[in-house]
Amino acid sequence: MKQELIKLIDLSRCTACRGCQIACKQWNELPARQTENFGSYQNPPDLQWNTWTMIRFQEREDQNGILQWLFRKDGCMHCSDAACIKVCPTEALYHTEFGSVSMHEHKCIGCKACIPACPFGVPKFNAATNKISKCDLCYTRLQANQLPACVLSCPTGALTIGEKDVMLKKAYKRVKELGGDASVYGDKFLDGTHVVYVLPEKPEVYDNLPTDPKMPLTIIVWKDVLKPAGLLVAGSVVAGAFLHYITHGPKTPEEETTSEGGKLS
Amino acid sequence: MTNHYIDLKNSDCILIMGSNAAENHPIAFKWILRAKDRGAKIIHVDPRFTRTSARCDYHVPLRSGTDIAFLGGMIKHIIDNNLIQEEYVKYYTNASQIVSPDYDFQDGLFSGYDAEKRKYAKNTWTTEKDAAGIPVRDYTLEDPRCVYQMLKKHYKRYTLEKVSSITGVSKNNLLKVYNEYGATGAKDKAGTECYALGWTHHTVGSQNIRAMAIIQLLLGNMGICGGGINALRGEPNVQGSTDHAILYNILPGYLKMPSGPVDTLSKYLEKYTSKSTDPQSANWYQNYPKYAVSFLKAVWGAKATPENEFGYSWLPKLDDGKDYSIMHATDQMYAGKMKGFFAYGSNIAVSSPNSTKVRKGLEKLKWMVNVNIFDNETSSFWKGPGVDPKTIDTEVFLLPAAASMEKEGSQSNSGRWVQWRYKAANPPGDALSDGDITMRIMDTVRELYQKEGGAFPEQILNLKWDYKDALGNFDVAKVSKMINGHYNQDLTVITDPIKGTTEENKKGETVPSFAKLTADGSTSCGNWLMSGSFDQKGVNKMMNRGKEDPTGLGLYPDWSFAWPLNRRIIYNRASCDLEGKPYNPKMKLLEWTGEKWVGDVPDGPWPPMANTEKGKYPFIMKADGVGSLFGPGMAEGPFPEHYEPLEGPLATNPMSAQRINPAVKVFTSDLDKVANADQKFPYVCTTYSCTEHWCSGFTRWQPWLLEAMPEAYVEISDKLATQLGLKNGERVRVSSVRGEVTCVAMVTKRMTPFEVEGKVVHQVGMPCNYGWLNPVKNDDDSVNHLTPAVGCPNTFCPEYKAFMVNVSKA
Repeated sequence: MKQELIKLIDLSRCTACRGCQIACKQWNELPARQTENFGSYQNPPDLQWNTWTMIRFQEREDQNGILQWLFRKDGCMHCSDAACIKVCPTEALYHTEFGSVSMHEHKCIGCKACIPACPFGVPKFNAATNKISKCDLCYTRLQANQLPACVLSCPTGALTIGEKDVMLKKAYKRVKELGGDASVYGDKFLDGTHVVYVLPEKPEVYDNLPTDPKMPLTIIVWKDVLKPAGLLVAGSVVAGAFLHYITHGPKTPEEETTSEGGKLS
Repeated sequence: MTNHYIDLKNSDCILIMGSNAAENHPIAFKWILRAKDRGAKIIHVDPRFTRTSARCDYHVPLRSGTDIAFLGGMIKHIIDNNLIQEEYVKYYTNASQIVSPDYDFQDGLFSGYDAEKRKYAKNTWTTEKDAAGIPVRDYTLEDPRCVYQMLKKHYKRYTLEKVSSITGVSKNNLLKVYNEYGATGAKDKAGTECYALGWTHHTVGSQNIRAMAIIQLLLGNMGICGGGINALRGEPNVQGSTDHAILYNILPGYLKMPSGPVDTLSKYLEKYTSKSTDPQSANWYQNYPKYAVSFLKAVWGAKATPENEFGYSWLPKLDDGKDYSIMHATDQMYAGKMKGFFAYGSNIAVSSPNSTKVRKGLEKLKWMVNVNIFDNETSSFWKGPGVDPKTIDTEVFLLPAAASMEKEGSQSNSGRWVQWRYKAANPPGDALSDGDITMRIMDTVRELYQKEGGAFPEQILNLKWDYKDALGNFDVAKVSKMINGHYNQDLTVITDPIKGTTEENKKGETVPSFAKLTADGSTSCGNWLMSGSFDQKGVNKMMNRGKEDPTGLGLYPDWSFAWPLNRRIIYNRASCDLEGKPYNPKMKLLEWTGEKWVGDVPDGPWPPMANTEKGKYPFIMKADGVGSLFGPGMAEGPFPEHYEPLEGPLATNPMSAQRINPAVKVFTSDLDKVANADQKFPYVCTTYSCTEHWCSGFTRWQPWLLEAMPEAYVEISDKLATQLGLKNGERVRVSSVRGEVTCVAMVTKRMTPFEVEGKVVHQVGMPCNYGWLNPVKNDDDSVNHLTPAVGCPNTFCPEYKAFMVNVSKA
């Protein structure tokens, strides 16, 4: 491994300007879709195949009745013990030399196994290409020693990226400065993620943020027990279908997004 | 800004009031966060809880349009609790001067009011002078008619109870802000204020800022690091365009626009050249003639001679007593008195108040030219909602313009840093830079005058008009050099008559400083403030990109050029005591060594004022050399006074018998309707821009930005929504007496009702970025169908921030 990197998201510095959201779309050439204002500044309403990162807006009153407006940049956490990689039958998803999770698009067969596997709801399906779509931490930019587009766009220093140890130290220092319920989120599970938050409030306060993200049990069973045997006897497509059955059962992925229901603008 | 963006990090307390800094100045906001990292308190006072509030220490909600009541209460609190920076107040402000016995203030009116003209004669708003013409002073500040005592008397009425009842701010919150901000009166503490359109968009806009200026002078916060009054100006080069006279009432460099009766240059110079007999006052505006004559020379070149008063008679003159703001222009249009109109980079059908009237006005034009990078609601008004194109005679031209990154030139930030910006790409298709468009139009106009003559050809044909490059294109470097100024002839200047030293200047050399400009025609200068943006050898300092910071205070003197004379913090001599020692030794902005000032570029070379022989007072742009607690230059009085907005929830002003600003002019067309304290329109409404969109919304053509903020909305408190039975995300109709629009209801705890004069007042807010042309869904249109065309009498900035509406289900 070249150099393990961590992108640090210090939410205490985020002004929700959404420069990161737009810069990501610009660099990665992700099209916009027609949205509606659903009574929030948040838009698109969720991560989609064409929205790899977005700011979640959340109003809340703290225990003293003081109004807070929480902003959280959502997107791929780039886990070390990454469920999406584990579950991927074709090795389309893989770890880069920076520790980030990238994807060989030509290898993706659109089996969607990674969708329910991800504890953060990150991978999304693009029906037009029949492939999964998600943040790769601007892999080609990292290779060229450039900052990821989101980090480059951030005006306040809420987003920074650097060597793992340095960033973790920085995160803990910041948490100490902030005091109260502030915590570091990301280093203690899934063998450590390569996106780490400084959360000013307790993790459970934030919408759509699992407090204890885990590798789904079914994947452990698949990966460590069934897959080695299965791949011996079947081509990857069959294996994918088999996997799909095992991981989904009768349930279909909730967050499947397609290009229907929203026209490209 | 009196200071600059980076300097915000040096503050101990930042009051953000009249601004949504995080949303509208997202890049600059990092310096505010740096201050916070240093332990500074960041306070947001605003009708809404915004993305700015989310990053501040706390937010204090205030009823829109009551800032002066809030600030008046702070003035009283500072005086009552003796939080002032005493030495500063005594010696660096006009606190000690004695107000004329004829000056008076009774029940909301200052002396000299003419009710019929809604205008003040200001002749009683003066301070006394001795036989030598020097202001009479009482440095004990005890004379009952000294400015300090008059100030105290004026704000005596602004009690906590009264202010709380007017503003809807709780007494606890008032005290919290007053104490926290008041603590910056300590000599080694700095408090700064960030405002923007939240203060200017009121019928009392200029006085909002004046009130804060008084507070900053009382606390000794002007001219120091981390202090000042900082207007956060818009991204479309608002600072630069104002410096270069985008407004009708100024010439470049804030020189005065002459009016009809001032028909000779000598009358003009007599009227506007500042006079002082006080030997300790630098009275910088005594140099006015040098700037005015050099400006005339820049406009008419060799044709401007002493014999023809340098072409002064060719300058357009305002009709005496008449105003020409965009509101006046649209009023004239609507009255059918205007033939043609240039909408240059503007979209008045969306952005000007009372859009219904504006669009009706456009229908009466013979022709209109819109210069823009996209089609907009102004150029397409003839096919807008409710308009039958067959009935419109207006001929409309849409000229495609280059976007900002498709042309070269200077751009000024709010901190007066003028930075050269290079062209990143060629404009698409037939699009041209504004300079090229103007040049081509004027070339043709000149040809026509040459061929056919005309009513007044001299001012057109005598223009110095040689700003093209070898290919015949607009040459921005030539224009920039003319703005900086140059010598028209070889000029020998005696620099020291005793030693006999001289300075040789060659014809054609750029003038390195406005101190070198002359009133005899030997120099030309398009804008005296920009003099020094080139050095004498023609090197463009706006291109400077040095990153050295010798003071460690973030002044970065080698990065770009800051007007005036690369001074990064203006009034900086006031950061030092009478001997020239910095009040805050930890932030040595400037220090007098006994021979010279070191640090920032000082406000003049003279010794500090303790040197009674050669020393000067610190506020060199004022005739009396000190900051004005008593400010007689304003249209509505020397002390800011609370008046209600033109449209508000109250039938009377709790402070006086004058409900609205007595100096406000109200338009009288059939479409200029007003509904004050009317139960049909019970909610206060305020308008604003969101981060994702640009002004009147050409970003609506950008799919990613439209995806992020797709349509118009009204922010409405959960309490009011419950009362009206509205659900979040539901479509609603918002109406005022002038019009109505539809949009999405955004039900939020970030909006709160206010308790005002014993009753509950609800407030809603809407963005101003949308119009009918795009996006097309739902026929949502400009919020300015709701706003009244009325504005501050000093600037005619419209009152977009406070008016009355109703909200109902669509």
